[in-house]
Amino acid sequence: MIAVDEKKHTISVTVEDQPGVLTRIAGLFARRNFNIETITVGKSEREGISKMVITVTANERVLEQVEKQINKLIDTIKVSEMPEKTSHIAELCLVKVAVPDRKAREDILSYAGVYHAKVIGMTEKTATMCIVGSPEEIESYIKLMLPFGIKEISRTGVTAISKDW
Amino acid sequence: MNGAEALVKTLMKQGVKTTWGITGGVIIPLFDAMLAEDGGITNILTRHEQGAAHAAEGYARALGKPGVCIGTSGPGATNLVTGIMDAYMDSVPMIALGGQVATGLIGNDAFQETDMYGITMPITKHSFALRNPNEIASTVMKAFRIATEGRPGPVYIDMPADVLRKEVTAAAPTEVHIEGFQPTLAPNHRQVMRAGELVLNAERPLIIAGGGVMASGAFSELAQLAVMLNIPVATTLQGKGAFDERHPLCLGAVGMHGRKIANYAQMNADVIIAIGVRFSDRITGNLASYAENAKVIHIDVDPAEIGKNVKVELPVVGDAKLTLAALNESIVKLAKKGKSSAWNEKVAAFKKVCDKCIPVPEGKAIHPRQIIYALNSLLKEDDIVTTGVGQHQMFAMHFLYRSRPRTFISSGGSGTMGYGLPAAMGAKVALPDRRVVCIDGDGSFQMNIQELGTLKENDINVTPVIFNNSYLGMVRQWLELFYEKRYAQVNLGKSIQFAKIAEAYGLRGEVVERASELKEKLGSAMNADCTTVVDVRIEEESNIVPMLPPGGHLRQMFGTCIKGPDRWFE
Repeated sequence: MIAVDEKKHTISVTVEDQPGVLTRIAGLFARRNFNIETITVGKSEREGISKMVITVTANERVLEQVEKQINKLIDTIKVSEMPEKTSHIAELCLVKVAVPDRKAREDILSYAGVYHAKVIGMTEKTATMCIVGSPEEIESYIKLMLPFGIKEISRTGVTAISKDW
Repeated sequence: MNGAEALVKTLMKQGVKTTWGITGGVIIPLFDAMLAEDGGITNILTRHEQGAAHAAEGYARALGKPGVCIGTSGPGATNLVTGIMDAYMDSVPMIALGGQVATGLIGNDAFQETDMYGITMPITKHSFALRNPNEIASTVMKAFRIATEGRPGPVYIDMPADVLRKEVTAAAPTEVHIEGFQPTLAPNHRQVMRAGELVLNAERPLIIAGGGVMASGAFSELAQLAVMLNIPVATTLQGKGAFDERHPLCLGAVGMHGRKIANYAQMNADVIIAIGVRFSDRITGNLASYAENAKVIHIDVDPAEIGKNVKVELPVVGDAKLTLAALNESIVKLAKKGKSSAWNEKVAAFKKVCDKCIPVPEGKAIHPRQIIYALNSLLKEDDIVTTGVGQHQMFAMHFLYRSRPRTFISSGGSGTMGYGLPAAMGAKVALPDRRVVCIDGDGSFQMNIQELGTLKENDINVTPVIFNNSYLGMVRQWLELFYEKRYAQVNLGKSIQFAKIAEAYGLRGEVVERASELKEKLGSAMNADCTTVVDVRIEEESNIVPMLPPGGHLRQMFGTCIKGPDRWFE
């Protein structure tokens, strides 16, 4: 349930690539009663520095606390909110769908064309698709796949980078 | 030079003279290296690691420098945990060193292996896991910076046995850089100017001084601000002594067992200047109705504290000392006078009523307040008081006068019973020329009573004064007031003889059963040449009042004879 004043926010956190840094962030969310929806971690452009992108649903007051508390961690170098307007936000999603017949196969391939999804696996009975896009694009793509029978979904959670103007 | 020797040398370079700890399998090399340095660092062998951690806290809080405590891997290190948590809650600078099994054994569930790095993560400002002897010097240097700069706190270092034994091949750095740790100490000029204007335009200003004033040493700046504009000053438990409690502007402690005058001033103020406080539930009562009429200026070096609990009108991130100095300067520059005189009269009048309204206890049994009054007449300004946790602590917070900073040391945020005795030990070692009194309860005292052994063997002279009512008194009070006197799990019994226990440890003990003996027996214990435990048998069911029911509105404080306090502020 999302309360009226709550909104989804994407936060980008630059951290030292230290053992336990993910535990620190995750533990902080648990201890302060904040809710992580997605979290992605990976290397950044700098050696020894990782980038985490976290999405949370929170009101402004809680969001401010989330940012301040993360900032307080010694391993944290920078915390920034990534508003939709000024950020590129993308997620990768793998979907395995049932392919009952030839018609379904054709439909799946044509939807793939529209959504720039890639076919990464194909058997007689299933197709495995890879799509990269905003969470909303992925949601609507999954909706389209529903009628075929979704066997499995695996999503990475979003990552983000600021837009240049 | 092996890792342990490098560690000891680095500690010495950081100015460490005393550590508190207990040895054990994996940290033998550390104490062996201390032995080799011969007198550079003295480790005081406590009887339990919890005692070591609280002693390090008492040492740190008396001195204003980090305390160091040490435990071996597994249970030795987990015994430090309560003290580390306590230091975290009260922002005490501490370096906690814990042993660890050799790196090759980590993950095997080896003998006395435990994931201390994980356990301490949520209760430290930061933690380090050493994996290479060449990192020791830089890690310890970072640990000291982190523990002391900005908002102080505990730092844990996990030290595997082989890392302590291996040779160090790299030279120690001269300084360390921590990219993610750059606390904002100097306040923003514009925010300070705005704060100055807000304070000058206030009709009913109030200062609340907390532990941040103590940590940054902002005592003269605080006094200057208060006196210059005639602003009343209330303090939190951790701020007690930051402003002279005998000064006419001092209202004493706020909060659940604080002074009515201080709480009513919070309710009626139009501007609250909160300095280094974190607005805990013990201060605010019901958050929604807390200080509804006030605009809050919140000064804190930790930005995450601002807006965490209470809505803030004007945030100022910065060190309390630097910020207050800048604020005072801006006020002088604006060259206006505060306009708080009518307010001052009301506050002063109500304060007078409150002081008079505390009835002198009658009856045969000793009332806890009589002990505090006796101590008020015996304590010198520089004497240090530590407390345990419970009713005795709140009696001390409310009724004891402290005039100097760092002379009142008490476990606030975590309310750790058993804190008083080891903290007193730490304070005495930090400042051996001062007298140290530990105000304790019979329940609290027994939680670290084993440190009497440490006191004796190291010739540390403190004065524990036990408010002995044979109860876990604070919970008994709650059961009386909120559970219709169903006394579950609060009766400690009357068989314990604290004076005899003291004697068995080779110390001295006194029993006080009559109020008329209090002053003399306390006085001679405080001036005795060895630790003298004073067991004061007090009235068993006396309550600490006034009291604010948990989560209540500040107006709901009960327990003094003042009727209709609101009218004093109309």
